[in-house]
Amino acid sequence: MNRDTLLELLQTLSNAHGTSGDEIEVRRALRPYLEGHVDSLRVDAMGNLIAHKKGTGTQALRVLITAHTDEVGMMVVDHTGDGGLKVETSGSIDARLLPGLEVRVGKEALPGIIGLKAIHRIDDENVTAIDQLTVDIGARDRDEARELAPIGTRMTFATTAHPLGRLFAGKSFDDRAGCTALVALLQGAPLPFDLFGVFTVQEEVGLRGARVAGYTVAPDVAFVLEGTIADDLPKEEEGSPTSQVGKGPVITVMDRSYIADPRVVRYLVQVAEAAGIPYQFKQPGIGGTDAGTIHLTREGVPSITVAIPCRYIHGPISLLDPQDLEHTIALLRAALEQLTPEVIRRS
Amino acid sequence: MNLELLTQLTQAFGPPGHEEEIRAIIRDIVSPLADSVWVDPLGSLVALKKGTGGGKKIILAAHMDEIGVMVTYVEEKGFLRFTRMGGINPLTHVGGRVRFADGTVGVISVERREDFSKVPTLEQLYIDVGATSREDAPVKVGAPAAFMRPLVQQGRRIISKTLDDRVGCYVLIEVLRQMQAIADDIYFVFSVQEEVTLSGARTSAYKIDPDMAVAVDVTGTGDTPKALPMAVEMGKGPAIKIQDSGMIAHPAVRDWLIAAAERAGIPYQREILLGGSTDAAAMQLVRGGVPSGCVSIPCRYIHSPSEMIDIEDLEQTIHLLVTAFNPA
Repeated sequence: MNRDTLLELLQTLSNAHGTSGDEIEVRRALRPYLEGHVDSLRVDAMGNLIAHKKGTGTQALRVLITAHTDEVGMMVVDHTGDGGLKVETSGSIDARLLPGLEVRVGKEALPGIIGLKAIHRIDDENVTAIDQLTVDIGARDRDEARELAPIGTRMTFATTAHPLGRLFAGKSFDDRAGCTALVALLQGAPLPFDLFGVFTVQEEVGLRGARVAGYTVAPDVAFVLEGTIADDLPKEEEGSPTSQVGKGPVITVMDRSYIADPRVVRYLVQVAEAAGIPYQFKQPGIGGTDAGTIHLTREGVPSITVAIPCRYIHGPISLLDPQDLEHTIALLRAALEQLTPEVIRRS
Repeated sequence: MNLELLTQLTQAFGPPGHEEEIRAIIRDIVSPLADSVWVDPLGSLVALKKGTGGGKKIILAAHMDEIGVMVTYVEEKGFLRFTRMGGINPLTHVGGRVRFADGTVGVISVERREDFSKVPTLEQLYIDVGATSREDAPVKVGAPAAFMRPLVQQGRRIISKTLDDRVGCYVLIEVLRQMQAIADDIYFVFSVQEEVTLSGARTSAYKIDPDMAVAVDVTGTGDTPKALPMAVEMGKGPAIKIQDSGMIAHPAVRDWLIAAAERAGIPYQREILLGGSTDAAAMQLVRGGVPSGCVSIPCRYIHSPSEMIDIEDLEQTIHLLVTAFNPA
């Protein structure tokens, strides 16, 4: 996939709305890019989109690659007398970001504004808690608000994706960047083994979709594609950036949800170095990914997460370097092409 | 008491997910004793002692992994910042040493603090491997390390790093050695990643699909100055788990163990652990559920580099399990 096609795909996926448990729009956006490239495509009971791409059969392996379709957002939980929407977050969002932001509400993507107190009237510096915020959709009163956005209606940030200098900007690169990479891998030539590409659901609320996807696929090894924290802005003190934009795919050795199989870590490093693909290790111990539930399925699955570094994830706009996306695809492609059962064999 | 074996087991390297060294040691020991031995996808070692037939499938599990640390950042001057692998307490580690897989040794120290009355946070600690620069540091981000502290026998007590849970591994090895042939198939599971997610026992139990599972691990005691009240003491015999914060033992498993202790006149204690759990918590919930329990060796200073147990407790734990399996 050339860069223009890749970024067009990223843009399409980034613009799609899909909070946890309501990922249908993302699945719909994905389908046209997968049909014709995989042997079967189905949706399981949780909403995971499972693509099966048959291999040439020269390596006795079943390989799972996942990326999650859901994104952080909010849900309507109540209405105010003057037509406002009360909301709760779905997935982790910093409440400090929210006042004044534009959102898209419900299936019709109604425009909404998260209420902002005029600066002229602010008399303290406290952060407004999420339950004190109101989303304004221009409704006249409670009844109209209820009709337009009943309780349970989802909303996400209104951001649309666009280039930003050498970088690319958009919402929900966590994990539409991973979804983009997974599509690119599935569009490639068949591998020596059967590949199961699963676009998972409900990652942001507890790695839920991946758990059943791991059970269904029962793979020998799993790769999880992510958009991860790039905490690489200039700092006053020497510190540890979680990952850095422009430094290549981010290999996660350990996060709060799992410890990567050291054999697979060594294998990826060896493939990256042989192919001249830059890579970095994510600062261990931070965040959680679908590998956290996949590695526990059935009799255990050696697993690893590889991520595209993204600044400002879980906020309204994230940034990534298209080169990191390309390098992630190239690393996974090379790793898959050369993968043999020896890498994960236990005697 | 085979002090040489316990020394070998406690001193071996094996932070969660990095159990290669300890696994190789245990594998060499159990291979001649078991009918078959294999390693599961996540790295747990399983030794099967086949029954004479017509019996049940029973798991005895002890974890091979130990708490440790992982490098998160190498500073320009070569000092290493780190995060926890399992439950570590900054209070017990300053001034201690760690060892990396390649043999590199580091000293854990702490930044100068304004207020010495406060326990430092993990972020204030660092590891010094004697490097002069980032380039000179022999280890990189993502490298795991284990604490160092030799084993000492002092009268009836043993003091060492990583008695949690190499003493459980020792019990499994000795039970395997002393087992008579019985009807049941006994699966000795030396599990991985207990200290972080109980991943190894859970996935090995899935594969085995057992009728019953028993973990062998250490438990806390209430017998030290101003300890959290707990009715378990070091030196008063094996502790048979009633419940902990992750599991309520199956009453039939609990009573089977108690009956064995009473039959053989083994002193035992009833254990309720308020904070902490074992592999049994994960094995209990596998597939359609597994009746599970736990036998614990009372241990002081768990998760510090100097854990302490009583030799008699250890030997009685082995005796209890051998008695439980052998026909009455």
